[in-house]
Amino acid sequence: MATRHSRSAARLMLAPAVILLLGWMLVPLTMTLYFSFKRYLPMRGDSLERGLDWVGFENYARFLSSSSFWPSVQATLVIVGGVLVITVVLGVLLAMLLDQPFWGQGIVRILVIAPFFVMPTVSALVWKNMLMDPINGILAHLWRFFGAEPVSWLSDASVQSIILIVSWQWLPFATLILLTAIQSLDSEQLEAAEMDGANPLARFGFIVLPHLSRAITIVILIQTIFLLSIFAEIFVTTGGSFGTRTLTYLIFQRVIDSQNIGLGSAGGVYAIILANIVAIFLMRIVGKNLDR
Amino acid sequence: MTLRNALCAATALTLVSAAAAQAQTITIATVNNGDMIRMQGYTDVFTEQTGIEVEWVTLEENVLRQRVTTDITTEGGQFDIMTIGMYETPIWGANDWLVPLDGLSAEYDVNDILPAMRNGLSHDGTLYAAPFYGESSMVMYRTDLMEQAGLDMPDAPTWQFIREAAAAMDDPDNDINGICLRGKAGWGEGGAFITVTANSFGARWFDEDWNAQFDQPAWKEALEFYVGLMNDYGPEGYATNGFNENLSLFQQGKCGMWIDATVAASFVTNPNDSTVADSVGFALAPNSEGVEKRSNWLWAWALAIPAGTQQEDAAKQFIEWATSKAYIELVAENEGWANVPPGARTSLYETPEYQAVPFAQKTLDSINAADPTNPTVDPVPYVGIQFVAIPEFAGIATEVSQEFSAVYAGQQSIDEALEKAQALTTDAMEAAGY
Amino acid sequence: MARAVTTRRKVITTAAAWAIGLLIFFPIYWTILTSFKTEAQAINDPPLFFFFDWTLENYAVVQERSDYMRFLWNSVIIAGGSTVLGILIAIPAAWSMAFVPSRRTKDILLWMLSTKMLPAVGVLYPISLIFVEFNLLDTRGGLIAVLMLINLPIIVWMLYTYFKEIPVDILEAARMDGAGLREEILYVLTPMAIPGIASTILLNFILAWNEAFWTLNLTAAQAAPLTAFIASYSSPEGLFFAKLSAASTMAIAPILILGWFSQKQLVRGLTFGAVK
Repeated sequence: MATRHSRSAARLMLAPAVILLLGWMLVPLTMTLYFSFKRYLPMRGDSLERGLDWVGFENYARFLSSSSFWPSVQATLVIVGGVLVITVVLGVLLAMLLDQPFWGQGIVRILVIAPFFVMPTVSALVWKNMLMDPINGILAHLWRFFGAEPVSWLSDASVQSIILIVSWQWLPFATLILLTAIQSLDSEQLEAAEMDGANPLARFGFIVLPHLSRAITIVILIQTIFLLSIFAEIFVTTGGSFGTRTLTYLIFQRVIDSQNIGLGSAGGVYAIILANIVAIFLMRIVGKNLDR
Repeated sequence: MTLRNALCAATALTLVSAAAAQAQTITIATVNNGDMIRMQGYTDVFTEQTGIEVEWVTLEENVLRQRVTTDITTEGGQFDIMTIGMYETPIWGANDWLVPLDGLSAEYDVNDILPAMRNGLSHDGTLYAAPFYGESSMVMYRTDLMEQAGLDMPDAPTWQFIREAAAAMDDPDNDINGICLRGKAGWGEGGAFITVTANSFGARWFDEDWNAQFDQPAWKEALEFYVGLMNDYGPEGYATNGFNENLSLFQQGKCGMWIDATVAASFVTNPNDSTVADSVGFALAPNSEGVEKRSNWLWAWALAIPAGTQQEDAAKQFIEWATSKAYIELVAENEGWANVPPGARTSLYETPEYQAVPFAQKTLDSINAADPTNPTVDPVPYVGIQFVAIPEFAGIATEVSQEFSAVYAGQQSIDEALEKAQALTTDAMEAAGY
Repeated sequence: MARAVTTRRKVITTAAAWAIGLLIFFPIYWTILTSFKTEAQAINDPPLFFFFDWTLENYAVVQERSDYMRFLWNSVIIAGGSTVLGILIAIPAAWSMAFVPSRRTKDILLWMLSTKMLPAVGVLYPISLIFVEFNLLDTRGGLIAVLMLINLPIIVWMLYTYFKEIPVDILEAARMDGAGLREEILYVLTPMAIPGIASTILLNFILAWNEAFWTLNLTAAQAAPLTAFIASYSSPEGLFFAKLSAASTMAIAPILILGWFSQKQLVRGLTFGAVK
């Protein structure tokens, strides 16, 4: 059906998006790669105009051998994984609940998706000060009300706190996508299963979950891309202390605090590698769902 | 290349026409501290006097640092005036990134700026930033609680006395902590505090050959003292408390003592914000018995002009206005003497009205007691008391203070933290080519 | 055949759904509520949940310190501009991938997504240097371009999945009637895809509105949007819960209201082709 004419027209139409993204990817990436092989300490007077010294793989070796590197990879994976598990599991449950008929559906949906509209900086500030503050936060009041000692969330349960905050932001997104998927589920199929005497758990396991697998794949894929680079939530709350220094945050410290652009650029290259490993891993496990 | 030229030409054109259209507007990046926000309120006065409009970019401290540092190193040229501290000024000045503040008017009286501040904001004898306000650190304590405890705060206490007093004032049943101190990670937060504490126990960051000194006993002694003191008499979760958190605690009457920036004195004695305003006393920051260095730091928030600005003259005019004697009088007239920006000018401390302010003399004494060129017991190759004025310090000290904060939160031992601090400092110094 | 729903079951579902909804919404509710308290009330023990003297003082203080409307306007222009530009570039691309697929279509889509994996902090210096070079710092145009590029992969992907749902027969019928490519897109395809395009626009607008790294680092006084506005209210000296709440409410209110009005559209449209 596609004529040669429409084929070339199609290429032409695809071209702007591809060219722009190619430029957006290649230009900074090339510069990052270039910097990563250079000594680039702007505070020491290094600048592009004056020329940068070639240092080979020194930045790469240094970034890798730093005692902060592996813990930061681990923190990244734990936070991304934690948020994914929480948002997917709660998202499925919440979507199933919201799919039921009940009074005030519209309003409840609004309440549930609201966190998605809150900018990350604001949500981090609100959680840190208004909710998690060990003296004046609402959680501290709640704990005290029940006679318990308030928890210093951001130091004693720092990673969990970050996961909680980020999950709160992304749960609406997961719920929305899963809800639209559930709504497309053929209810007759469910009823037939119910008549055949399948218990709710079996109905969920054999009908609902397989139906949702594609939606879950997409939730995981999109969220992973965004979660790998979360920054504001950590910058505002813990500043990377107490084991919450992710790879992104470590790069930030190298670039901004230490003003070592070469080292930070090498870290950026590692981050791309990590992101691609995660992506390939994801594709292997769940990617086949996308091809249907 | 043609596209680029065209773009440049177009922007240049718009810039020129924009500049011609509105006579003069300067853009100032500043930190969201109380004194700076007050200054914004008086911008109209400046505009009326000079006809120069002012655009403010007010940011939280960490964001500000990130923003102005990137701007200065990439020559972004977004600001005509930047608010920077005593740490950045000499480093940036040495790189020729700042306009030297010479040729200031006679009326401005540059020699009136406190010598400690002037030295700290200069490089090679050239002033690169004018102090908007300056501070040291000192002990703020509750006179009523001291009395109850039957103790008398000396003018210059030791850490050992501070511990004794904290024990006496600590009253968990009434929600009163014996002492509140910074533990929050960050070189300008808990990092600054533990550094001056270490100074007063005889420790130092580097020896004369730039070797990290965390493997020396004085650091361990200081950390052990601090952690012991805070675990016994400090507030819950002090590992995340910085200046603001402690200020809020002290104002709510939840601290017996607080050792922090001298500028806090005006906040804790302000009856509008503080529940304990009429019962606060002041003393010099402590030292460990037998150590000659006290734990008081020296800092100033200062206004500097990045080199390459098109509006050097207008920017200079603003700086002269904002850090002048007249500005201090303006604020005093409208808000009272206790609320003027402190710690910058000698003449302020000679003003009889200001001498009547309860914390004035102790602030001045603390500032005068601080010596950035000779901060530690053993000799060091660096300048700076709670910081080391080298470009690498901010990065190193932030990471080191994160290790220490993990100790405060009970997540690792002092030995572990010191070992990591030593390793990462050595590594970073090596990377910087020392 | 609709399932019979007992009233009892509906009551239980209603209670559960409302409880969870309110729990999730609580942080936002608390922020909005606190913005109407005085600083002292904001840290009152026990917390005040509704009955207190409501005050607008915090809003006045925040407005006096920074001109809200200017930040708001910048946010609208930047988020809106990047969305419109992104849609204009993405529609043809998505069309061509959906209707004239090649062997590489899937690869191109995944590659586009992968351009989002480069951490922003890692390229802060390259991008800043480019911006300085081209005099783009603190301009809305520069930010529109950056945000458009950041979100383009998501837009293309969403549109692609919507377009794929459209039956090819209709297009062929249109072609038989002599419709050219332009007419095909304008009069056949676009109307059918409008719900999808609308929800793509919405999502993209939200993402652009909330982007807080580039909008903060590439602006100063002229082009700064609400993300920069909020950056001056985190932790000033002394008590600040009420003022922080007021500033936060001001920063999120426009997008929250927009989101609420278009909630149905979002719920219906946000599928990324997940529904099959």
